[in-house]
Amino acid sequence: MNSIMLHDIINEAEMQHGPLALDIRQISRRTFLQLTGIATGGLILGFSLRSEANPVTPAAANEFVPNGFVRIDTDGKITLYAKNPEVGQGVKTSLPMMIAEELDANWDDIQIVQAPINEAYYGRQSAGGSQSTPTSWDICRQAGAVTRSLLVTAAAAQWKVPGAECTTDSGKVLHQASGRSLGYGQLVNDAAKLPVPDPKTVTLKQRQDYKLLGKRISGVDNRKIVTGQPLFGIDTVLPNMLYAAYQKCPATGGKVISANLDEIKALPGIKDAFVLEGNDTVTELMPGVAILATSTWAAFSAKKQLKVKWDESNASKDSWSAAINKAGELAKSPGVETLASSGDINIAYQQAKHVQEAWYSYPFIPHAPMEPQNCTAWVRDGRAEFWAPTQRPQGGITSVSKMLGLTEDKIEVHQIRGGGGFGRRLMNDYMCEVAAISAKVGVPVKLTWTREDDMQHDFYRVGGFHALKGAVDPSGKLSAWEDHFITFTDGTGKPTSGGNINEEEFPLLLVNNTRLTQTMMPLKVPTGPWRAPRSNSIAFAVQSFINELAVAAGRDHVNFLLDIMGEPRWLKPDDINSINTGRAAAVIKLVAEKSGWGKTLPKGHGLGLAFHFSHAGHVAEVAEVSVDANKKLTVHKVTVVADVGPIINMSGAENQCQGAVIDGYSTALGLGLSIENGRIQETNFNQYPILRMKNAPVVAVHFIESEFNPTGLGEPALPPAAPAICNAIFAACGIRVRELPLTKSGFTV
Amino acid sequence: MPDLSLEVNGKTLPVKDVDPSTPLLWVLRDHLGLVGTKFGCGGGFCGACTVQLDGKPIRSCSVTVSSAVNGKITTIEGLASVDNVLHPLQQAWIELDVAQCGYCQAGQIMSAAALLSKNPKPTDADIDDAMSGNICRCATYTRIRKAIHTAADKLAALSTEIGGVV
Ligand code: FES
Ligand code: FES
Repeated sequence: MNSIMLHDIINEAEMQHGPLALDIRQISRRTFLQLTGIATGGLILGFSLRSEANPVTPAAANEFVPNGFVRIDTDGKITLYAKNPEVGQGVKTSLPMMIAEELDANWDDIQIVQAPINEAYYGRQSAGGSQSTPTSWDICRQAGAVTRSLLVTAAAAQWKVPGAECTTDSGKVLHQASGRSLGYGQLVNDAAKLPVPDPKTVTLKQRQDYKLLGKRISGVDNRKIVTGQPLFGIDTVLPNMLYAAYQKCPATGGKVISANLDEIKALPGIKDAFVLEGNDTVTELMPGVAILATSTWAAFSAKKQLKVKWDESNASKDSWSAAINKAGELAKSPGVETLASSGDINIAYQQAKHVQEAWYSYPFIPHAPMEPQNCTAWVRDGRAEFWAPTQRPQGGITSVSKMLGLTEDKIEVHQIRGGGGFGRRLMNDYMCEVAAISAKVGVPVKLTWTREDDMQHDFYRVGGFHALKGAVDPSGKLSAWEDHFITFTDGTGKPTSGGNINEEEFPLLLVNNTRLTQTMMPLKVPTGPWRAPRSNSIAFAVQSFINELAVAAGRDHVNFLLDIMGEPRWLKPDDINSINTGRAAAVIKLVAEKSGWGKTLPKGHGLGLAFHFSHAGHVAEVAEVSVDANKKLTVHKVTVVADVGPIINMSGAENQCQGAVIDGYSTALGLGLSIENGRIQETNFNQYPILRMKNAPVVAVHFIESEFNPTGLGEPALPPAAPAICNAIFAACGIRVRELPLTKSGFTV
Repeated sequence: MPDLSLEVNGKTLPVKDVDPSTPLLWVLRDHLGLVGTKFGCGGGFCGACTVQLDGKPIRSCSVTVSSAVNGKITTIEGLASVDNVLHPLQQAWIELDVAQCGYCQAGQIMSAAALLSKNPKPTDADIDDAMSGNICRCATYTRIRKAIHTAADKLAALSTEIGGVV
């Protein structure tokens, strides 16, 4: 028997269907798309991203071949495989909805299970960059449509009628003329014998015919969530499993000289304790002390007694307060590198009616997902198996393969729901750590980080600085834009992850005279993508400064911004990742209308606008705030208008926007890390005060469901929130916020 | 280490070989396999570990198992009725699709259940107050508030029905 059948927490597919993996492994990879009958009677549709011109290499006889999007059993039970990791962005529900729509199956009759990891078959299986929706849109719909077409062909053959006379609805093929119908389950044995059409030749539905897409669908794991069933990575339990904790140097790069291992091993419930030297790669395995115990608490308690002597000669000495001072000095000189320039900025300043300069800054922040990092591994007999709440499972497989010297086919990762990602789980350091620990002891190990570990060993959103200068010409139009961006480098000569700026950053392509320069300061603290990387910080500086210029010119912010957009066009023709000024103008106009822009407000209230384009999403937001004489801030309402094309799941989409706006506000209000001597000073939520319910504003969400292909929504609603709120603060009380978080300038809630 | 017993969700459960100073959270999760109660911070700051002890919401990460031995503990696994009818809060949470990642929600629901048991018709301010110990990193606050009102309405409808019969 397959060993994973023994586990308390097992791959969902196995749990619900018996030995599915065995069936999947029997699927040959010879064709682009194919069906197979399975042992229990039924049909699995396999699917590969490779084109026919570039066929998949034939599988070795024993190759692990997880595959499949759709499974239909002879009893009519339908299972859809959710291909990408779920960390709260809703794709475990929305991607299968795309398949179900084209399959014409009843949503309530469908089970969803998480797919195995095999990017050769499923395409990108990563949760990042708001890419799940756009990269799955065709694949998932085609998988549904191909299956449907096979079922129709099978029914038509049974009835000896032309396929064109058959229709489908709610898991049945119908022949209206004769009143006959057959359930999908009754057709699978015949359908499994048919040749599979090229997915590009099947007809996809027109939008007006959608029955499911665009509706409000409750998340597929909701029942398990509200009844407390095992679901998350941290819930994994395996037989004979040990519980691990891992202590690394609080300053990145420190090495273990010695530790009181004997004392630790003598503590109650402790099975082992040892030093791991690591491979000096922060995204993989840094040096530290592993503690193995019979329970999480025993491991955590022992970790508190652990005394490690660290060699910090190569460790981070970074200091945020020193960086602030140094950046201020650097801003006095021109930027070291010129990233972009156009027109003649000096002439534009000379001819300007208003020239404005400002210094903006924002701090380092952790991701702080609600579920601390954790992973369970079982490394034995030349293979490794993981239960990993990761946003990028394939990345973990690559790292572990290198570290353990195992080929990738010997590594299996079960996708498990992650309790929040925000980009943190794109890194697989916890997976590498538990791999090394389990490899050493040969039994299943669950590694759980404490909240303190999680906050102090993150890949932070990097802090940064912008010396901005802009001009408005006598006609009231933006005529010059200059940004000296001061960021950090990790020694590669390039900005650290998340600390770069796009050469086409708004509004560079929309202004005639521009200059973007950059200066970098050294950094050892690890950084990485944080929900809407770059955008989450740059939008604050850029969209606040746009408002400063509008105010300086005495112009209405909405009109000033619409003028910048100009004629409707793609800034880079046909590039969905560039701004379409028509879509931008439409969301700006609608948010003005929906928020009551221009209405008379009570004293101390103000409205603020911000627009930002990221991840192919055009989003405009208006915040209504009030500020009293003591700088007590209330955000009453944020109105969001987003154009990400047609909405897949209205409920999930709205939830993402509301969450993103409140996340943006929470972060702007009170969150930021102090770093001294390479150490993150904040350790837990008492020092990192995430916004609570009583301060959460109403967030009204509106979508412009344009005709473009749908794009992702996990990120793009976040960046405009902070500048909209800061612009509203200015409107309410005349205080211009140029430094985050707001609490640094004395604001409270 | 001693053996203890706990009353959890109406059942008396033996807990073998446990340090009495172990937080209730870890006994529930690691010893009893009730993993619905979540670990978020370990310091009483986030509410992910909320359970009820004698009907009151407590942060199980900050309460030792020995101080819970004489009480009645209710966890998220025990909130539905014995015949598996979901609590109105659980129903409302599903209907309104409250969760994003879902990790905080067991704690949120346990705090909300304690609120509704003493205040069946809470105002927004009552809700904000009762829920102030629970963080949602995904920021589903708007829906949580709405779901608590929805559940309160369901409870009211239920008691009218029962009242009508009696
Ligand atoms: S885990 Fe108990 S309050 Fe956070
Ligand atoms: S739903 Fe993710 S923390 Fe609340």
